[in-house]
Amino acid sequence: MRAAITMLALAAFASVPLWLRDPYLLNALITTGIFIIAAMSLNLLLGFTGQLSLGHIAFFGIGAYVSALTSLGFDIGLPGGFRLVHEPWPPIAGLALAILVAGLCGYFVGLLSFRVRGAYFVIVTISFAEVVRLVALNWVELTQGPLALTNIPSIAIGLPSLGELTLRTKLQNYYLLLAVAVVAYLLIARLVHSHFGRAMRGLMENETLAVSVGIDVTKTLTLAAVISAAIAGAAGSLYAHYIRIIDPEVFAFINTVTMVIMVISGGKGSLAGPVVGGLIFGLLPVVLRPIMAPEAQWIAYGGVLIVILFVLPRGIVPSLAQRFARRKRQAATVAPVAFSERAKEPA
Amino acid sequence: MSEFLQHLINMLVLGGTYALLGIGLTLIFGIMNVVNFTHGVLYTFGAYIMFIVVQQLGLNFFLALPVAVVAGWLLGAVIELTLLRPLRGSDIDTTMLVMIGAWIAMQSATLWIWGGVAKSVATPFPEAPLVLGPVSVSWLRLFVLAAAALLIVVTYLLINRTKLGCAMRATFQDQDTASLMGVNVDLIYTSTFAIGSSLAAAAGALLGPVYVIFPQMGDLAAVKAFAIVILGGLGNITGAVIGGFILALAEELGAGYISSGYRDAMGFLIIIAVLIFKPTGLFARSERVG
Repeated sequence: MRAAITMLALAAFASVPLWLRDPYLLNALITTGIFIIAAMSLNLLLGFTGQLSLGHIAFFGIGAYVSALTSLGFDIGLPGGFRLVHEPWPPIAGLALAILVAGLCGYFVGLLSFRVRGAYFVIVTISFAEVVRLVALNWVELTQGPLALTNIPSIAIGLPSLGELTLRTKLQNYYLLLAVAVVAYLLIARLVHSHFGRAMRGLMENETLAVSVGIDVTKTLTLAAVISAAIAGAAGSLYAHYIRIIDPEVFAFINTVTMVIMVISGGKGSLAGPVVGGLIFGLLPVVLRPIMAPEAQWIAYGGVLIVILFVLPRGIVPSLAQRFARRKRQAATVAPVAFSERAKEPA
Repeated sequence: MSEFLQHLINMLVLGGTYALLGIGLTLIFGIMNVVNFTHGVLYTFGAYIMFIVVQQLGLNFFLALPVAVVAGWLLGAVIELTLLRPLRGSDIDTTMLVMIGAWIAMQSATLWIWGGVAKSVATPFPEAPLVLGPVSVSWLRLFVLAAAALLIVVTYLLINRTKLGCAMRATFQDQDTASLMGVNVDLIYTSTFAIGSSLAAAAGALLGPVYVIFPQMGDLAAVKAFAIVILGGLGNITGAVIGGFILALAEELGAGYISSGYRDAMGFLIIIAVLIFKPTGLFARSERVG
């Protein structure tokens, strides 16, 4: 049942460019998709380990900057009169490096999460993102500061026998994005259903108990943070090569909030949650644009976040799943069916 | 040397308002365990009240400060009653996200009403600064320092000498026991949030005329307030005052001797450093609750 829905959704996503010809809508869909990948990575931390990272945009932005700088090259002065010169590399190497560097940053944040939890972890992650933003803004020699990095090359894929394919059109980028999203989804799904995923959820629900049965807290949280950051870095790299211009505004706190809203509204701790929440909140500005002033849109944005937390605190997907399970339970007189449904449902 | 003295003077003025911000947040965070993201909006709100009273209504500058304090108190009480009271007992992440939603909505409303153009407020103080040997300080900044000091003392007395303050401290220590002793915890929560908000509004009303007033001015103020709370320890008013001055000193020295671009990074670096090396704050009095 669940697999059927997943396959159907995938088929629907794959068919979108066949009937959607409007470039504006396709563009909105691609940027939304990039944010959905980032939201999925946030969900790995927030939904499965219970650690709310409000600096998640830092990994995304680091991925974007690393990837852009790798493919553009740079020439910076170092203390002592040395110069560090980097010749441009192919963008695909930028993507790989973005994943690597973002994952490394995730490692340090993960180590930190072992020391501080709850509200303090939130504040540390916000601070981390803001420090990175200020560095991107002030280290003009490397990042061009507010002048932005421009002319970032599109991603090119080397195909055997066909030569190199540079992904310039929206259509090509859409399918690249879909491929990365599917890989990220499968990776997270695989992870969550493994022994490691159970350890994460055990930690979230009762840390003392989890530790007492031998779960390594530092290792589990750090690994979750590394994978989450690496996926966010990949999303950032896709963003840089698709938009082809990035400035320090990419680190804006509101972008993290957007990801959090996508996860919370869709349902944290549910694999499909960020996708559903992401589609709603990513495309909401497209719907609201003709009827509302931009400021009013943001008021609505904040209002909708509050309403969702009041009305659907568990998110859309888990609430629907629960309703579905209840109906099923009413139909079937055998109790164990309901029990197994409930057991599968993430907390 | 005179440059250093000038930094010290600036630190005093800045530190006073930072302390106000920090006290407000440390009360809310400490007593209610709410990560209050609307604190920055209240700061902005106070500054706009100043702008309305002085520039749009043409009333006296000195009248605007009490008006801002009262308006901040009322807005804080409304936020607590409508958004936080129904969520009492839910986890800290939920209230935090609701506060983020309120912050986005209110900041966008400010932008919608007054636009993004920065506003300035005319003050009744002479243009010429007061020159004290090698350093100079404007009369407006002296007034800001004096008013902030007055508000800090009033808050300190309120918390330590009145019955309400006693109930607030009791709620901070143990909510259930306080409730058993006849403390109306709901009322304490609303009062705490209202008092904290009025202090944030006062800080905005004081610093608004020193700089310029714009809708996003509260964002950095909120983060600075968090830095101060973490520095001073949760619920610790004296710690918040000292934390406010330490942050101001770090910013002044950072801007003066490193690079002015990194002035605002000081608060974040302090947060990260304190939480890594001394997570209970510099003047720890109570256990950290996570």
